[in-house]
Amino acid sequence: MATFKEFRNNVKPNWCPGCGDFSVQAAIQRAAANVGLTPENLAVISGIGCSGRISGYVNAYGFHGIHGRALPIAQGVKLANRDLTVIASGGDGDGFAIGMGHTVHAIRRNINMTYIVMDNQIYGLTKGQTSPRSAVGFKTKSTPEGSIESTLAPLEIALASGATFVAQSFSSDLKQLTALIEQGIQHEGFSLINVFSPCVTFNKINTYDWFKENIVNLNTVEGYDPSNRIQAMTKLMETNGMITGLIYQDSSRKSYENQIVGFRSEPLAQQNLKISEEAFEGLLKEFK
Amino acid sequence: MINQLSWKIGGQQGEGVESTDRIFSTALNRLGYYLYGYRHFSSRIKGGHTNNKIRISTAPIRAISDDLDILVAFDQESIDLNAHELRSGGVIVADAKFKPAVPEGLNVQLFAVPITAIAEELGTSLYKNMVASGASWALLGLPLEVFNKAVEEEYGRKGAIVVEKNIEAVRRGSQFVLEQAGGPLSAFQLEPADGVQKLFMIGNDAMALGALTAGCRIMSAYPITPASEIMEYLIKQLPKFGGTVVQTEDEIAAATMAIGSNYAGVRAMTASAGPGLSLMMEAIGLAGMTETPLVIVDTQRGGPSTGLPTKQEQSDLNAMVYGTHGEIPKIVIAPSSIEDCFYDMIEAFNLAEKYQCPVIVMTDLQLSLGKQSCAVLDYDRIVIDRGRLVRDVPELETHGQFKRYEFTENGISPRVLPGEKGGLHHVTGVEHDEVGRPSESAINRQRMMDKRLGKLKSLEIRKAVVADAPYEEPDVLIIGMGSTGGTIDQARIKLEQEGWKTNHLTIRQIHPFPTAQVKRYTERAKQIIVLENNATGQLADQLKLNVDCRSKLTSMTKYDGTPFLPQEVYSKSKELVLNGNLQRVPQ
Repeated sequence: MATFKEFRNNVKPNWCPGCGDFSVQAAIQRAAANVGLTPENLAVISGIGCSGRISGYVNAYGFHGIHGRALPIAQGVKLANRDLTVIASGGDGDGFAIGMGHTVHAIRRNINMTYIVMDNQIYGLTKGQTSPRSAVGFKTKSTPEGSIESTLAPLEIALASGATFVAQSFSSDLKQLTALIEQGIQHEGFSLINVFSPCVTFNKINTYDWFKENIVNLNTVEGYDPSNRIQAMTKLMETNGMITGLIYQDSSRKSYENQIVGFRSEPLAQQNLKISEEAFEGLLKEFK
Repeated sequence: MINQLSWKIGGQQGEGVESTDRIFSTALNRLGYYLYGYRHFSSRIKGGHTNNKIRISTAPIRAISDDLDILVAFDQESIDLNAHELRSGGVIVADAKFKPAVPEGLNVQLFAVPITAIAEELGTSLYKNMVASGASWALLGLPLEVFNKAVEEEYGRKGAIVVEKNIEAVRRGSQFVLEQAGGPLSAFQLEPADGVQKLFMIGNDAMALGALTAGCRIMSAYPITPASEIMEYLIKQLPKFGGTVVQTEDEIAAATMAIGSNYAGVRAMTASAGPGLSLMMEAIGLAGMTETPLVIVDTQRGGPSTGLPTKQEQSDLNAMVYGTHGEIPKIVIAPSSIEDCFYDMIEAFNLAEKYQCPVIVMTDLQLSLGKQSCAVLDYDRIVIDRGRLVRDVPELETHGQFKRYEFTENGISPRVLPGEKGGLHHVTGVEHDEVGRPSESAINRQRMMDKRLGKLKSLEIRKAVVADAPYEEPDVLIIGMGSTGGTIDQARIKLEQEGWKTNHLTIRQIHPFPTAQVKRYTERAKQIIVLENNATGQLADQLKLNVDCRSKLTSMTKYDGTPFLPQEVYSKSKELVLNGNLQRVPQ
């Protein structure tokens, strides 16, 4: 057992003051402690962008990869050592633009890991261009006349791709965010948590206040049942995705690694590599 | 009695040419002959002409032959396309059904066997492969029991009746042709083989087996010709060893997933061909920058773009050597035989962990897919070296980090795996300090670059080059790589017979270039020919860059999708030696 302080290191984040990502960092640290992890058994794999820096700000094993590829790296880590808790994280550009292909396939694959997207509807580190999450008409450096592409609905795509855990939260609600990350870690399978994490520097539209006015916490929706996939899809469509909380969870499906025939139940990383002479001779038979 | 002969079977793709070839060659392998196979196929599944050629010999061979002794043809197209390869006195065994005709001017013997008719008598035309191959086997006068055993193994899983019918098809085919020919053909009687047990496999199988034996337990890959057999073999075998193959959404995921697994401590790999390699370039840079071991196989095929997916080429060399932006340590090795394919994969995994960098194993289509005899592989030569992988490191102080990128004398830092309490550290593709934290310090940057690039100064690989160099001062030195070695060997013999002192050098360590080892052979050669299956002479360029031999170097290239033939190498070499390279671009 470790306290959340043990998941802190002495690196000062290079995020702007007020950035939503600070809350995500804190929520990961708290959730990790709350579910009883120790730093050496947590691996945080991140992509590129402001949010991608998060792997360096949590005291754990951190891997800061390349743009859009946090998910395949993270899945490789988990398959190699299934005893590790693996969290992948990045921004909306990382996960829903350059890495979108990996996102839907990671969802389909359902490896036991958690993916946290810090969704600020803009490209921050490159100083303010449109993102797939930007609203139509949103003016940025790359869309001076307003974005003319439709806004991507990642959670609807996730549901359509066979997601077994879909949640959404908001940087201002640390309590809810921490709880959802805990649930995501404990979920057997791939958990997707999209977090509205405002960019205070480049996005003057989707601000903290804007989110507070526009989002609905599912806790306040009477009769909402997160095991009902159709209801989840309907709610997302009705609200244009502006809901927070656990949107959908299917606990019946086994994770990928628990379905692979012959897959070692102990971490592969601890396996003795050399095969026996007898096994080797057996392998040669096919070619004689 | 003869000591070698060539056999070819041709028909429409999907007609059973593959399985017939498999049975025929398995039986020959059991008899102890040395074999070398060549598959001519197209990027489609059903229809279109396809043919498989096998060279059979009582001595080791590593090249296809220029000519052909026996052609088994299921249709007239197979005769029209391949009969010209037959040597004078050669034989065609063809289905009487299509009223086979021998092209004019050829001195060959035709046996029109009612292949389809016999098969249909037995119940279905599916048996025609066995009628045809039985007939050609009988002409060679080889023991039928061995052939039938191979048939049994091929069809055993389909049940006793299918086996029985196939064996009957073999018997009837052989009986018919023997009656027509009056017994086995005396000109085609092979001397008995040496009886030494051999393996018969394609390069891709040998590489997959090598990877498995090296301890590879995760392969992440995307299907592509001509690499897929590696994945297919491991899909079959890895579950028996606790591991798995993940078929990823693309080659970017394949390479980065393998990086993730290697980082977490499992030997993991991917395999692809040119188009996939292009997609992996950024990941290769990540492995180089984060000093994460990574093994990639590139089975080269015709490029650029989709190019010639099912044809021979060696044109990815530059992409492998120079690919990825920025500068990283990277090793490229090129097996040149089936045995190499196996042992080189073990070495590739060792090198990747020892030098903590990406290692690319390059083959070409002919080496990857050409089925060949191979000496039985040696268990005692399987050595696993995980380099500076450390375990049970001391606990860290508060906020302490493990120096994963510690500056050391040879640049190689201790590597620790996630899960280790005292090993916490950060890994990033951003320039970083000793504990892996991003750093833009100019001093640190330069030291880190020097550290990473300096690691390969101590690189030592088994057989950087292989020389067949009997002459101190050869008239000509022929240099090649990959699958071309056997062809060069044969051309060399012919050149020697004409009085040319010829040496042969195979370069196996492509990058970093083994300048010192190569120089030993280039220095005293009067002329150098660099032979490769590409248009621009990429290996020749490596020689020009790394070895001072520009003035006597000529380039022999071929990029029509087919492998070099011995006769072609012989005559072109002679021409080059006598006249110089007329196509050579002024230097």
